[in-house]
Amino acid sequence: MKTHDVIVIGAGHNGLTAAAYLARAGLDVLVVERNPYLGGATVSRELHPGFTYSNCSYVSSLMRPEIMRELELPKYGLQVTPYNGGLTMTRDGDYIASYKDHDMNRRELARHSLRDAESYDRYAAAVMRQCRFIRPMLMKPPPDPASLRPRNLRGLFELGRAFRDLGEAGMYDTIRFWTMSIADFLDRYFETELIKAHFAGSSIIGTGLGPRSPGSAYVLLHHYMGEVDGTIGAWGFARGGMGAISRSLAAAFQAAGGAIRADAPVARVMVERGRAVGVALDGGEEIRARAVVSSMDFKRTVLEAMDEKDLPARFVKAARNFKIRGSSGKLNIALDGMPTWRGVPADCPALQGDLHVTDTIESFERAYDDWKNGTWSRRPYVDLMIPSIMDPTMAPSGKHYMSVFVQYVPPKLADGPWTPEKRDAFGKTVIDMLAEYSPDLKDLILHMEVRTPHELEEEVGLTEGNIFQGELTMDQIMFNRPVPGYAQYRMPVRNMYMCGSSTHPGGGVMGAPGANAAREVIADLRAGRRA
Amino acid sequence: MTADRKYGAIVIGGGHNGLVCAAFLAKAGRSVLVVEAADELGGAARNAEIAPGYTAPACAHILHLLHPRVRSRLKLRRHGLAFAARRLPTVALAADGNHLTLSGKRILGEVPEEDARAWRRLRKRLLRMAGTLHPFLGRTPPRLAGESWQDRITLARLALALRLLGKAEMRDFLRIVNMNAADLLDDELGDARLKGVLAFDAVLGTNFGPRSPGSVLTWLYRLAGEARGGRLGLAIPTGGMGAVTEALAASAQAFGADIRTGAPVRRIVVEGDRAAAVELESGNVLRTHAVISSADPKTTFFDLVGPEHLDTGFLRQVNGFRSKGLAAKLNLALDDLPDFAGLDRGALGGRLVIAPDIGYVERAFDHSKYGEYSAEPAIEITIPTLHDPTLAPDGGHVLSAVVQYAPRELAGGWAAHREAFADHVVAAIARYAPDLAGRIVGRQLLTPEDIERDFRIAGGHWHHGDLAVDQMLMLRPVPGWAQYETPIANLYLCGAGAHPGGGVMGAAGMNAAQRILATPAPEGAT
Repeated sequence: MKTHDVIVIGAGHNGLTAAAYLARAGLDVLVVERNPYLGGATVSRELHPGFTYSNCSYVSSLMRPEIMRELELPKYGLQVTPYNGGLTMTRDGDYIASYKDHDMNRRELARHSLRDAESYDRYAAAVMRQCRFIRPMLMKPPPDPASLRPRNLRGLFELGRAFRDLGEAGMYDTIRFWTMSIADFLDRYFETELIKAHFAGSSIIGTGLGPRSPGSAYVLLHHYMGEVDGTIGAWGFARGGMGAISRSLAAAFQAAGGAIRADAPVARVMVERGRAVGVALDGGEEIRARAVVSSMDFKRTVLEAMDEKDLPARFVKAARNFKIRGSSGKLNIALDGMPTWRGVPADCPALQGDLHVTDTIESFERAYDDWKNGTWSRRPYVDLMIPSIMDPTMAPSGKHYMSVFVQYVPPKLADGPWTPEKRDAFGKTVIDMLAEYSPDLKDLILHMEVRTPHELEEEVGLTEGNIFQGELTMDQIMFNRPVPGYAQYRMPVRNMYMCGSSTHPGGGVMGAPGANAAREVIADLRAGRRA
Repeated sequence: MTADRKYGAIVIGGGHNGLVCAAFLAKAGRSVLVVEAADELGGAARNAEIAPGYTAPACAHILHLLHPRVRSRLKLRRHGLAFAARRLPTVALAADGNHLTLSGKRILGEVPEEDARAWRRLRKRLLRMAGTLHPFLGRTPPRLAGESWQDRITLARLALALRLLGKAEMRDFLRIVNMNAADLLDDELGDARLKGVLAFDAVLGTNFGPRSPGSVLTWLYRLAGEARGGRLGLAIPTGGMGAVTEALAASAQAFGADIRTGAPVRRIVVEGDRAAAVELESGNVLRTHAVISSADPKTTFFDLVGPEHLDTGFLRQVNGFRSKGLAAKLNLALDDLPDFAGLDRGALGGRLVIAPDIGYVERAFDHSKYGEYSAEPAIEITIPTLHDPTLAPDGGHVLSAVVQYAPRELAGGWAAHREAFADHVVAAIARYAPDLAGRIVGRQLLTPEDIERDFRIAGGHWHHGDLAVDQMLMLRPVPGWAQYETPIANLYLCGAGAHPGGGVMGAAGMNAAQRILATPAPEGAT
């Protein structure tokens, strides 16, 4: 029977990125994917005739430009178009918009508060400084501070130098930024509640934190550290939906000689004498390889695909205690036309971007409290987009596809498991709230898919439906991700690796975990130490 | 005449940190004057008569953090500090009377053996980590880009202390120090009461709920005081908290410090960017070589110095120092001991905690986020008269309760709600001691608003400001000014707003004194 060099479990964006790098290094790589379609949570699907839904992830910014360049993704069809701004509507019919254009942006802020408009540049500079600090760390494994191996000492030294280069005030600001709540951080710059709320959204997306929880400022950074076409912090639409990203990755991988098997769920990772030797599929088929790389989340990899007996007890316990909380839902909607928004001019350029209706920090916090108490938020935060404005391939002419990301939705409800009825009730909560801002929205709906953490777990395979494959809190990022001592993609079983968002630098359609893991696998296989 | 005498240093505020600072300076030979606004010393560590013959701890009621060097070097025992009780056990009250008692590493009460074992392991692990932090409580925080050897040594020591934990424990430390207490407790323990009382310890005196990331660090911080605090554990001083103040004052005076009470400060006189004198409300101007403020940073810089002497960037930082108190104090004068269901008289001498599970504490916290007091507050109770009967008339008792959460900015204002709140707290305690209400002969409530007014602490926060990573160590009170110095030459901070914060620890006062003594005394300062 044929032995591959590497088997990658999961054809999400990280699995495919790792696979593409491995194949381009000349290795014989097989990707096995449990669903009949590729992409994991980076996917476009036609769930209503003529409409393409990016039904999980929905916008792009974090995908590392190094990866796009090295894997030549544009050649394989990837095209990301940045969008211009976004806005938050208020209950009383006003709104605050962000624009790419600095002067427009400033005028809009000044319309609400001159002082906040003055503060904005200070705020933006502070966030940008953190982006500059973190970006060099994304494409390498995090150094282990407890290890004295030269590689780790070098990594720590580089990190220390980058930290010192921030200057004394910069170092203090950095420590504070990484540990503060976004509410406290915003309080340092802004006085207007609406403006604070407008900026706070990115700090809680996908996260089991409220804006007053320490650590939420970092989550904001996690959403700002990407770029589109060199503009740091910009977000854009992948033409053809998010699936275009995984399609281009798959094409790059296949062009390098890689093979993909869809509809091939892995039952378990085969371990013999302390080494991973392949995978067994659900049907019983066994496929052997010199190395196995899992892009599944940490919990699923350790607790479902592997046998506890093959792993140290501490490691298994750490996997059990890994915090991976579902907190997000999604509505994918086919619209018969363009909805109008109360108080927002139809030609407002920010309408092509992300729209929100949470207008105070308190409403975020109350939405979070609902989730903590085991119900979906009664007035959830939404990150709403109409990608078909900029990408006509997403919907038939004159019609539109609307993506509504919803925070917070618990994976388990206080009153028992999710049912289709509860799912629909959740969808109704969101639509009823949106209808307050858009009187014609309900009449335009042709089809709607409602996804709770339950669907994300069942269909995509994300434990608890957590979109980041694990909370992005300080105890689970950098050298702590997924757990201390195993942050460099290797697992305690030889020849077994992780490359999903559960590993550094974490979630989002970034590809960095996949690329970093591939580098480690290649180094090990070349050194032959672990083969 | 003393009014004409030029002191080497004037300490503003006769709370425990001010007195500790003054005592250390006097001990080193400096001439020191302490000026205290109130008629008696002690600040938040003093006694209050809440009903005729009933003496209660005005604010702080358990001594557990007092820095061992403060106790030994200032010879507090010789100056009268004694303990009516040490190593108080903690009783986790349960609604059904099935309470748990935590005494050191032991748990008394019905708890699964595996939880008892897990708690012993967790406690040991946390105490080791806390022990690593402890030495830094008694040191000036380093500047991160500091050129001085002292800064580098402190940083190197911190790195070394982490390394000395060993590889596994260092990793563990760097992970859990960033966690929230609820997660850590859920990972390790099962029993709801046990987790509830420990979650309460983690967030006591903070602006956190158990699910707030950072609450493990505040717990470790608290344990750091206990870890090396020696055998005292949680202690009640003989004569109440006021006795600690008396011992500190006696020590300071024995070393030669002068103390004036009833002498509120109007302003700190700044001449040419230097603090030159302290002007009292009486109009007296006391010239000095150094002004040391134990008042909180906001009071010090905005009220006493005045913004005109400071630059905008610094003022913005001081303004951003989070200092809104969330804890209230309720003292009850009782004509007899209340009957707590399931507890005998002996057990009542412990620290009683109402925090039956993690969710209870978290929900109590949630209210405070919206300017409400907790519908079901988390409460820490002591009955000091069980250890020191002289604090109340024959047969009478004092019940002292710290109540969380009671936000400084209550929707509708405290004036309109304080009586309702006090009734509410009494009712919450009465759920465990049904005869309580009938025994009350007097009560005294201190909301954060009262604490702000009575103790002159802007925001009414025990610690003068939130304890959280972004306000700790070299970031306390504001980044760049954590070394007790201020942008005004000859003006220093020595209160809980400076590192390492509050609790009756005295470390801020001690560290500030060390810092001042490290620079040569100006001519005539002795």
